[in-house]
Amino acid sequence: MPDPLRLTVRHVTAYDYDAPVPWGLQQVRLTPKPHKWQRVHRWSLEVEGGRKEAHFEDQHRNAVDLVSLEPGATALRLICEGEVEVTDTAGIVGPHGGFCPLWLFEKPTARTEAGPACLRLAEAVQAEPRPLFRLHDLSAAVSDAVRYETGVSHVGWTAEDAVTAGHGVCQDQAHAFIACARALGIPARYVSGYLLMEREEQDASHAWAEAWLPDLGWVGFDPANRISPDSRYVRIATGLDYAEAAPVSGARTGTGGERLTVAVEVRAQ
Amino acid sequence: MNAARLARGLLRPGTPVAAGLAAFRHGLALASTLPGCPIVQPLRPHMIEPMRMTSTFDEMWGRGMGQAQSSDCEDAAPGLQVQAARPGRLTQAQTMYEGLRPPYRAFDDWLRAENPARLLKKQREAEEVFRLTGITFNVYGRAEAAERLIPFDIIPRIISGREWARLSRGIEQRVRAINAFLHDIYHRQEIVRAGRIPVEMIARNAAFLPQMIGIEPPGGVYTHIVGIDLVRTGEDEFFVLEDNARTPSGVSYMLENRETMFQMFPELFSRNRVRPVSNYPRNLRRSLAACAPAATAGDPVVAVLTPGLYNSAYYEHSFLADKMGVELVEGHDLRVMDGRVAMRTTTGYKPIDVLYRRVDDDYLDPLNFNPDSGLGVPGIFDIYRAGGITIANAPGTGIADDKAIYSYMPDIVRFYTGEAPILQNVPTWRCNEPAALAYVLDHLPELVVKEVHGSGGYGMLVGPTSSRKEIAAFRDKLLARPGNYIAQPTLALSTVPIFTRAGLAPRHVDLRPYVLVSPEGVTITPGGLTRVALRKGSLVVNSSQGGGTKDTWVLEE
Repeated sequence: MPDPLRLTVRHVTAYDYDAPVPWGLQQVRLTPKPHKWQRVHRWSLEVEGGRKEAHFEDQHRNAVDLVSLEPGATALRLICEGEVEVTDTAGIVGPHGGFCPLWLFEKPTARTEAGPACLRLAEAVQAEPRPLFRLHDLSAAVSDAVRYETGVSHVGWTAEDAVTAGHGVCQDQAHAFIACARALGIPARYVSGYLLMEREEQDASHAWAEAWLPDLGWVGFDPANRISPDSRYVRIATGLDYAEAAPVSGARTGTGGERLTVAVEVRAQ
Repeated sequence: MNAARLARGLLRPGTPVAAGLAAFRHGLALASTLPGCPIVQPLRPHMIEPMRMTSTFDEMWGRGMGQAQSSDCEDAAPGLQVQAARPGRLTQAQTMYEGLRPPYRAFDDWLRAENPARLLKKQREAEEVFRLTGITFNVYGRAEAAERLIPFDIIPRIISGREWARLSRGIEQRVRAINAFLHDIYHRQEIVRAGRIPVEMIARNAAFLPQMIGIEPPGGVYTHIVGIDLVRTGEDEFFVLEDNARTPSGVSYMLENRETMFQMFPELFSRNRVRPVSNYPRNLRRSLAACAPAATAGDPVVAVLTPGLYNSAYYEHSFLADKMGVELVEGHDLRVMDGRVAMRTTTGYKPIDVLYRRVDDDYLDPLNFNPDSGLGVPGIFDIYRAGGITIANAPGTGIADDKAIYSYMPDIVRFYTGEAPILQNVPTWRCNEPAALAYVLDHLPELVVKEVHGSGGYGMLVGPTSSRKEIAAFRDKLLARPGNYIAQPTLALSTVPIFTRAGLAPRHVDLRPYVLVSPEGVTITPGGLTRVALRKGSLVVNSSQGGGTKDTWVLEE
């Protein structure tokens, strides 16, 4: 097994509002899950323009912070910084833990309902009898069917939207993989996280999928890069789809527009 | 009391209702054909008529007492014997009439000495009291009766101390099992692993709330307030018809009914040792406070969350808040603040420790559940998950009172308590099972068919009182979505006497006792709400469908 990789992460999520915001709440899932193969040496989440109201674990055991905006805020900054040590396990995360029953991951959600386009993808890989290989085939098929392209898809897209359109971002590819895996009767989930790339400065965090197999447990698949995650991947949050693992989701009052800027830096030590 | 009247008034315990016919003395308005004895018509199988929401009360009283037939015994009121309720097609078995049972003896003596005209006047006064107090009940979708009075009947339902002791043991057992079940379902799901409940019952159940998985509610309590709907079919035969583990309503009627009886007939309460119900609000507050979260500082602050003035049970929400001496709040009065949920008061925001919410799960928190809800509090579920507030009842408790889960309640009681269930469950056919569905389709005229997630008596078929056309229409619905339905045999529900312009008449009833759960224990208010199907022969007691209520007495042993 190769040596673990020590990654430093700095992730700034910035909301700039056109007009002062009277009231707002954000659910923030930006703290990596500690795991046998992922040791979190240090991690901090700082909030500017708001305050942490509460901290809890959700049903997927994600660490969640509820953040309120300062009344009248014109900007909110969420600044994460930390150091994580990741072991390469060829994408194998291992046995299912926690209280969420596995059947929960077999049920489609609104975003992962397989329509005709997803079902065609799923059928195309059904011939492969070995489940693990079938999932690798599926990852490649999704990668082919949903070309990686930024700026064309919408955050609200479903898996079917993305496969029909033929392009999307990592979120769309993960949804497509999950929709197809579930259509094949395989439990699957969404993962949000970071990826060490040659380009250290990125303008978005990453997302991929995990599927559960009886002998291996959860195994990661990243259709965007056509591989299973290795020591360059940091897992932040998991969920049935994007909605449950999204780094930030919330609600606010006020009529003005907003601009979201994300800056992610991932470096190997 | 003169000897002759005493002799007439003697009620023989256990006398079948039919045998009591010969002793039947007076109907207030029954045409008399035999000398001294009114004619008694057996009840015909009842056909459900198109619902009219002008109150049943008016129909009953509209023509008044003036037409009361004279008889040879005008000097005395009728006593509790009534015409036999022949069950007709409903069931082969004899319907049990509770009015002749021993607990009613002292009341019966009193009733016989009463002047019928005075009783009628009292019944009208009672109606007036309710109107003035403002107890009303909105029926959704019926514009002509936005606010309707639930009819109140002045004849109390009486339960002996011995009967109650057994009932309350059964209720406590059931409620403890329900809480253990909820904890299990949102954690290890041992009952599913053990094969006692099929996984689909949970996995395909819309009432299962995944966000509750892994949460430890403060004090370990999921159902702070439970209403168990019971029916009686025999001496020691009580069946649970339904468990209400979400937000059982109607307790204000229990309290107001007793209050009204006190006002109308104070003398009755010196003749009968009736266990009090008036401490319910105090018990409720104490029970809720005992479930306060870790974040509580000092005396727990309790509040009642209502969807607002236009909710059908708004009266009850404000009534309970008032009686408990706590604030009644709406979603827009609350906000997340300093890690707590705080309510706006005249002196600023004040954190709430325990929120008795009368808002459904889906509308509780637009940030976590239905984003379109304007009734809830954004972020309250997150504060709950962080241990900053107790939500009563806990979100997700609907999985325990679902009608399909109901059919597994005997197993659930055995699994978590290791005891045999004290209260019986009505045998239930789950229409998602092909064999059960086939049986149900073959026997629709005999069965009661209910929607799995239905409530309020809507969307159900009462086979024996439905027309062929109604049954045929229901068959189509059943075939289209079998999994949406369960079926049960039509029980020979007991009847109790109600006061009508034609004298006393037997009507079917159920009983909803109110149960409070906290780490300090299970508290059951003696009695509860007796709902009565005011229409002759009807088995539907829901207030939204023309049911009325009665005061319910539990006598001291």
